[in-house]
Amino acid sequence: MKPAPFDYVCPETLEEALSILSEFGEDAKVLAGGQSLVPTMNMRLARPAMIVDINRLPRLADIRSHNGSIHIGALVRQADAEREQRIPQAIPLLALALPHVGHRQTRNRGTICGSLAHADPSAEVPLVAVAVNAQIEAQSSRGARRIAADAFFDSFFTTTLAADELVTAATFPAHSEGCGYAFEEFALRHGDFAIVATACAVRIDADGKTDTLSIVLGGVGERPYRCDTDAWLGRALTADDIEDVAQTASARIDPPSDLRGTAKYRRWLAQGQIRRTLSRALEGAR
Amino acid sequence: MIRTSKSEHASINLRVDGKPVKADVPPRLLLCDFLRSQCGAKGVHVGCEHGVCGACTILVDGRAVRSCLMFAVQAEGAEVKTVASLGSHDNLSPLQEAFRAHHALQCGFCTPGILISAQAFLTERPSATRREVEELLAGHLCRCTGYTSIVDAIMATEETTA
Ligand SMILES: Cc1cc2nc3c(=O)[nH]c(=O)nc-3n(C[C@@H](O)[C@H](O)[C@H](O)COP(=O)(O)OP(=O)(O)OC[C@H]3O[C@@H](n4cnc5c(N)ncnc54)[C@H](O)[C@@H]3O)c2cc1C
Ligand code: FES
Ligand code: FES
Repeated sequence: MKPAPFDYVCPETLEEALSILSEFGEDAKVLAGGQSLVPTMNMRLARPAMIVDINRLPRLADIRSHNGSIHIGALVRQADAEREQRIPQAIPLLALALPHVGHRQTRNRGTICGSLAHADPSAEVPLVAVAVNAQIEAQSSRGARRIAADAFFDSFFTTTLAADELVTAATFPAHSEGCGYAFEEFALRHGDFAIVATACAVRIDADGKTDTLSIVLGGVGERPYRCDTDAWLGRALTADDIEDVAQTASARIDPPSDLRGTAKYRRWLAQGQIRRTLSRALEGAR
Repeated sequence: MIRTSKSEHASINLRVDGKPVKADVPPRLLLCDFLRSQCGAKGVHVGCEHGVCGACTILVDGRAVRSCLMFAVQAEGAEVKTVASLGSHDNLSPLQEAFRAHHALQCGFCTPGILISAQAFLTERPSATRREVEELLAGHLCRCTGYTSIVDAIMATEETTA
């Protein structure tokens, strides 16, 4: 399996990259870590006419703190984020999820932003982005914009990014007092895509009441699925409440049935994961 | 800025197992194929070509990566190391020696990739747990299913080099 021929460009400035993207539109593909793009090209599922390799745009490789958020540039490898000492403190949910993304050898090249742009409905990083309300920064020759994670993921492997837009960074809100997080997934082998994955972020206010509750599921639909948890806000959650959330939320999903599991099985996995992640996140918040 | 059309070749310079290499490559040539066909690096094994099996794992600038998921043109300026950089026939590295002592290979197809991954891992985590080594091996497929002895060999190397 070899890729079909393509034109290749490795720009040294962002402006050059953006101008090539605007020239080629749908015919061009951005190459970041290549851990999803190259396999699909090798299998000829993708046959882009032009590859825009962004690996030599050093300005995109930074992690920095900015106004209470952590900015992760488009060239930050998953392994670099994993090793970066600030991440477990600043974005605990991302630190919990990253070891589940593929293997060490793929994380050495795969990028955080590439995982977002690829929009695999079983991928871990998109779940984290939705759960903590990350923002995706996109740029084209027409200008720059920020897209909330909730509005970024469209469907299976599709985002609301335009063909000429490049993701330059993702910005994750920094962890604050009173927040707790948990991540769990079930996969056939360590490093495989999740059959079901759950990311949970909660915040408890000074009175012990839950004022933010995000539970986001992967592997149950065409995009990260945010459970509707409004009914449980504004009070201190008991063990009965946790059970109630797990049962109600998992009953509402409509997951696919495929070779790896039936819809019923996925609902059952989701229920257990919601129960456990919510309990752990609440403990972390207290 | 390298810009090459599909019918052209790009000129690249890199180092492979310590030796400088200069070559002209079409953009779609995979790094694994380039190393095998143009650099004589037959220790780069090619199994799945989609990043799953790990046989093609090499070091690029010190990091273990899949050479089937990089294009040769992307290795411009890189320091590439294959299994041949670890030791030689007469002078095996401690990790290679441990693989021999623990019967950690059968047909040997998966071995070069696993050696590279394990070497990079031990450099970073000199006292990893057995569980962590097992997780590392999740990134490799051994069709002869010798995983237990492979983990034993890696753990033994940790003890001798610690
Ligand atoms: C064996 C194996 C197992 C894996 N397991 C998992 C797993 O369990 N979970 C998981 O989440 N992932 C997994 N992956 C995929 C993961 O490794 C990739 O890192 C990730 O999905 C894509 O990131 P990338 O930087 O490699 O992007 P690329 O492969 O370079 O690109 C992927 C897509 O995103 C686009 N893109 C990339 N960067 C940008 C950008 N800055 N702007 C605009 N578009 C962009 C590309 O054009 C392409 O369409 C696995 C991969 C392999 C090979
Ligand atoms: S050939 Fe590269 S991982 Fe299988
Ligand atoms: S020893 Fe044969 S594939 Fe691993």
